Amino acid sequence: MLQSTIGKGVNLGLRRALEDDSKVLIMGEDIGRLGGVFRVTDSLQKDFGEDRVIDTPLAESGIVGTAIGLAMRGYRPVCEIQFDGFVYPAFDQIVCQLAKMHNRSMGKIALPVVIRIPWGGGIGAVEHHSESPEAYFAHTAGLKVVACSNPNDAYWMIQQAIASDDPIIFFEPKRRYHEKGEISDDGELGGAFPLHKARVAREGTDCTVVAYGPMVRTCLDAATAAEADGRSLEVIDMRTLSPLDMEPVYDSVKRTGRLVIVHEAPSNVGLGAEIATRVMQECFYSLEAPVLRVTGYNTPYPQSRLEEEYLPDLDRVLDAVDRTFAY
Amino acid sequence: MVNGERARGTTKSGGTTRTAAKKPTPRKKATTDRSVANVADPAFVQLLTPDGERVEHPDYSVDFTDQEYRDLYRDLVIVRRLDTEGTTLQRQGQLGIWASLAGQEAAQIGSGRALAEQDMVFPTYREHGVLWTRDIDPIMPFGLFRGVDLGGWDAQKYRFQGYTIVIGAQTLHATGYAMGITKDGKVGTDDGEAVIAYFGDGAISQGDVNEAFIYAAAYDAPVVFFCQNNQYAISVPVHKQAKTPLFKRADGFGFPGVRVDGNDVLATYAVTKVAMDRARHGQGPGLIEAFTYRMGAHTTTDDPTRYRDKSEEEEWRLKDPVARMRGFLEKQQLADDDYFASIDAEAAEHALSLRERVLTLPEPKPSAIFDHVYPNGSPLLDAERAEFLAYQESFEGSGH
Repeated sequence: MLQSTIGKGVNLGLRRALEDDSKVLIMGEDIGRLGGVFRVTDSLQKDFGEDRVIDTPLAESGIVGTAIGLAMRGYRPVCEIQFDGFVYPAFDQIVCQLAKMHNRSMGKIALPVVIRIPWGGGIGAVEHHSESPEAYFAHTAGLKVVACSNPNDAYWMIQQAIASDDPIIFFEPKRRYHEKGEISDDGELGGAFPLHKARVAREGTDCTVVAYGPMVRTCLDAATAAEADGRSLEVIDMRTLSPLDMEPVYDSVKRTGRLVIVHEAPSNVGLGAEIATRVMQECFYSLEAPVLRVTGYNTPYPQSRLEEEYLPDLDRVLDAVDRTFAY
Repeated sequence: MVNGERARGTTKSGGTTRTAAKKPTPRKKATTDRSVANVADPAFVQLLTPDGERVEHPDYSVDFTDQEYRDLYRDLVIVRRLDTEGTTLQRQGQLGIWASLAGQEAAQIGSGRALAEQDMVFPTYREHGVLWTRDIDPIMPFGLFRGVDLGGWDAQKYRFQGYTIVIGAQTLHATGYAMGITKDGKVGTDDGEAVIAYFGDGAISQGDVNEAFIYAAAYDAPVVFFCQNNQYAISVPVHKQAKTPLFKRADGFGFPGVRVDGNDVLATYAVTKVAMDRARHGQGPGLIEAFTYRMGAHTTTDDPTRYRDKSEEEEWRLKDPVARMRGFLEKQQLADDDYFASIDAEAAEHALSLRERVLTLPEPKPSAIFDHVYPNGSPLLDAERAEFLAYQESFEGSGH
């Protein structure tokens, strides 16, 4: 057991993966001597060498494209995209190549590539540094998409993603990098909570709140505040965005009859729309109110002085919960 | 250009007075590369003239046995004949599309035969000739173009990756694969491994190709970039995309580039062998521009009469790579009419067999839609597959 942070959890997970498998490589911009702009790869190059922890040229398509080639050669590359908004130059390599190679090769080629993306807003940054592009990737067959929300998941999920033969987009909630929590770092990878499973983060009885990544903390805080008002919220951390693990959500909604979905990404054609549709199909007779979403607005991410208005927060979550009780 | 130069000079001098001293030098007109075939130019490697005359080059040569020369000719004839069959099958509605290699046989056979067994190929979708040199059954790409499968030959076994359709994307995969060779310590000896990445003149404008050059140079990756400059990116001629000969791009990235007569199977063999051997010995990447011509359409959906003159096609027909090699064999008296007839007959047999097998390629099972999406599977797809099968079975007399 270890007191740590989300950023450090990823770091320790990467370190353990590098130790456990000599085929694991870390590659990205400024990840070597600098340790990454968020220091998530701190000390890894010093300890594992430039051959395994690779400072790449500043070209994202090149990072992912060469990672694909390295994976074809038997390596397990873990790519860092410096910020969410910088992933788009690599879009073709991710969507047309990484995602489809297994299919195109009719099962003969697996590409165990992980793409880590520090993601989401709330850090007072300029444009392109605060985006939530997860829906693009969750929409793409052949990719799996996960998001961690706490130090323990950061530590274990990154190792599970690296060990998986599926290509995985790994979202890290950058504004929560310094958030503290416990890591149970003893035990084997096989014994960890499964990568592609959602988890109830807080039990409750009156309304289900579904979130992932940075919004899990927001929703847990909202649940604490709601408790003072006499309302019991059940918070579910989705953890896996593709494939979605809906069973815990169905179980919960069948008990509470109410569902609020929270994410930073815009609502239009987002993860919330998919989750709501599936709940409507599976829990139709249990719903006491329409499923509501609390999300970023359908605008470009705003200037940082307005991001508190843009991002879902505790009050907006509670407001949506209140509205589900109006039915 | 002259006006542009003047405008800049004027601004520098203050914007109101023209400085007489700043007389602009008219820039040289960029070469269009349309008719470059100058044997005297050492930057253009040619070992066979269009007539099949053997010529020497200061840096490149070949030393084949008589049989090896004949084998190269046989390759050229067979891949052209199979390619013709591809076009015919498409015209008869048996393929969705076909991307013809006609005109590029020498570039593909020469480079393909120069590879060592352990080398890895990253092709586009037109490398049927290179595929032939890797001993892959020529039926393989026909499943792809007929739409009954997705290609899916065993890339590791044949050392020939799958066809890549997004232009230039495979050059990054080739570079990453080559970086892996270096990490594995498989460079530096005669049996070292190297990679060849094929692409065309259109692809050289792609970001991915330029990024591949950058990564290959940065990591000294053992990869040879083999650009078949067939003069057209579908309809747009190369001189509209590039203001400098393509092989010269390599200079700016920090590795050697060479232009070879792409219709000369001996020259393409020679330059590829040298570049691959450099790479396998740890001397880093290289760029080869094989100067050739796409004699037919980009694919069977294309109509070249809309964007190029018949006269240009006729001009290039005189440089035909297959006829050139035949001319060489005749001049050197390495083959007689009986031999040529026997090769034509063999090629026709290959084509007939190919045709019969294409027509009997099995149709895919409908549920193949769900195959091979994820190595580890997906519960979403499991559910969809079950739903799909139940739906199919709901029809009376369903055989599924």
